[in-house]
Amino acid sequence: MGEIFTLALLFSSLRLATPLIFAALGGLFSERSGVINIALEGLMLAGAFTAAVVTYQVGDPYIGVVAGVAAGAFLAFIYAVACIKFEADQVVAGMAINFLMIGLPALISGAIYDSSGSTPQIDKVLQLPDFYNRISIATIVALALVPICWWIMYKTPFGLRIRATGENPDAAETAGVNVIRLRYIAVTISGVLAGLGGAYLSIGQSSLFTRNMTAGRGFIALAALILAKWRPVPVLGACLFFGLTEALSIQIQGASWARIGGEEIPVQFIQIIPYLLTIIVLAGFIGLSRAPKALGIPYSKED
Amino acid sequence: MKILKEILWPLVAVVAAFIVGGIVIFVLGDDPIEAYRLLLSSSFGSLRDVGWMLHYATPLIFTGLAVAVALRCGLLNIGAEGQLYVAAFAAAWVGIKFGGTIVTVGTDHQNWSWASLPAILLVPMCIAAAIIAGAVWGGIPGVLKAKFGSHEVINTIMLNFIGIALVSYFTQYYYKIPGDPILQTAPIGDNATIPLLSSFIPGLPADVPLNVAFLLAILACIAVYIFLWKTKWGYELRAVGQNPSAAEYGGISPKKQIILAMTISGALAGMVGIGEVLGTRHNFYNGFSAEWGFLGIAVALLGRNHPLGVFVAALFFGVLLRGQIFVDAFTSKVSKDLGWVLQAIIILFVACLQKYSRK
Repeated sequence: MGEIFTLALLFSSLRLATPLIFAALGGLFSERSGVINIALEGLMLAGAFTAAVVTYQVGDPYIGVVAGVAAGAFLAFIYAVACIKFEADQVVAGMAINFLMIGLPALISGAIYDSSGSTPQIDKVLQLPDFYNRISIATIVALALVPICWWIMYKTPFGLRIRATGENPDAAETAGVNVIRLRYIAVTISGVLAGLGGAYLSIGQSSLFTRNMTAGRGFIALAALILAKWRPVPVLGACLFFGLTEALSIQIQGASWARIGGEEIPVQFIQIIPYLLTIIVLAGFIGLSRAPKALGIPYSKED
Repeated sequence: MKILKEILWPLVAVVAAFIVGGIVIFVLGDDPIEAYRLLLSSSFGSLRDVGWMLHYATPLIFTGLAVAVALRCGLLNIGAEGQLYVAAFAAAWVGIKFGGTIVTVGTDHQNWSWASLPAILLVPMCIAAAIIAGAVWGGIPGVLKAKFGSHEVINTIMLNFIGIALVSYFTQYYYKIPGDPILQTAPIGDNATIPLLSSFIPGLPADVPLNVAFLLAILACIAVYIFLWKTKWGYELRAVGQNPSAAEYGGISPKKQIILAMTISGALAGMVGIGEVLGTRHNFYNGFSAEWGFLGIAVALLGRNHPLGVFVAALFFGVLLRGQIFVDAFTSKVSKDLGWVLQAIIILFVACLQKYSRK
């Protein structure tokens, strides 16, 4: 068992946690303002696809990242219009966004590149750079974002307004907060961050966009957010832990050392840990996990 | 008038989605009219076309009903996907264990079954296994909601991943024929299979996989209607969905109804396993569902959570699923992903218009 926990595993965990950190911090803004964000998966896909296409076309990964972020923000804004202006059921609208991003990238890349399964590969030099071949620039940014988000959420008037809006929008409105506008901003920020996470997936970890390449990471990020009880610093811990489980399950596949007392550990048992933990935490077995009070409830002034 | 109002908003959503989709097709460089002609007409040319369309619609009738029953109780079941996976595996397990399955590995014949039962026993057992497994997997988030108040949306998402991982584990380690590169179980016994409709309907080609499960789907629609509107439990379930506190004041236990609704919802989703395992594939194949559990949400919303509406909406999606293959083949730019995009936009519009349809 000793050699399982190596330095390589640590770096692998960090690498795999990076997109989760971006997306979960994005979800934090949206959900703290009272808007459920099941759409994280779709927002990540928007960022991943756009970043891969723009990087390939323009030949500059940073322009690609900016484009991916813009795509995530734009899609999040559409989601916000559905949830806030039209008071759509947030979970249903979120699933619609996820569906859209399974189909739309494939439809577009099928039309442009004649291949609906993936976009063309970008050059190795166009991928987001790693330091010492180990730590991506995106990982550094993600780690830096954690204290920044904490500071915004707890030390600025803007963060206070977001938290107030998610707990009691009527009181916030009475105190002078424009609840509707604030929720638009918060949801759009979640698109920016999830788009960033997606961009890292396609042009950092990988060198092209493949169909549905997030493979449930948006939902894992959501699980991390719940496990962290909607707080930024624990979000980092939860994402690192989920990164570790993913790194372990990758290493275990086919490895001879993944045995305890001669018994093989099935990879599926490690894969389900994040999901099982989320259910246990939600049921209140590990401290009380309380969502923002107004989460999921549309706000309208007349009521 | 009432029925007109019920139909109006779903229709508006569909038309609006087709307009947006048409713009997308145009921008991609194809003719929207031609694409839509292919999409909508390829289900009605012949008995074969209709058969395929109904085959595509069958799992969506079950998952649409599943989501609708839960929504009538005010619960959103996004776990139908996991429920139908667990159920399909359970059906295949019974079909192997009691179907006399003998697996040949090299020159070695291994008997994997405990018994070889006649069809009259085995088919109902397999069907029951699918229903029970789906009910259990749907019931768990119901119990968690009733006992701990934890949100069914999050729990059903998590149980999707867990359920799919677990059946993949059992398939890989215990029920896959050694050496098979595909993650699928050994075949079920012949006595566990249900017939294709082509063996009853003259003119329906034998390669159309439409099977008895479609008739079960119609029966399920009728059963759900009777349950929701003609029984006391169904009435109580809807009462909880409309106003939980008023229902509780009226002597109904919302907790009991939440568990009941999720269990029935899971059972209905689980019935997808019947047609897929007993009807067409004759084994459990990991990856057999084309996101039917999630499409069930769209079917239920478009069908206004009514069994008849669900049936019609599922046929409509059957048309899309059949047609997108032809759009893929016969247009130069548009791939079969058009179906996904249209479905997504329909769901988004239905969700946005719901505010108006309540008035």
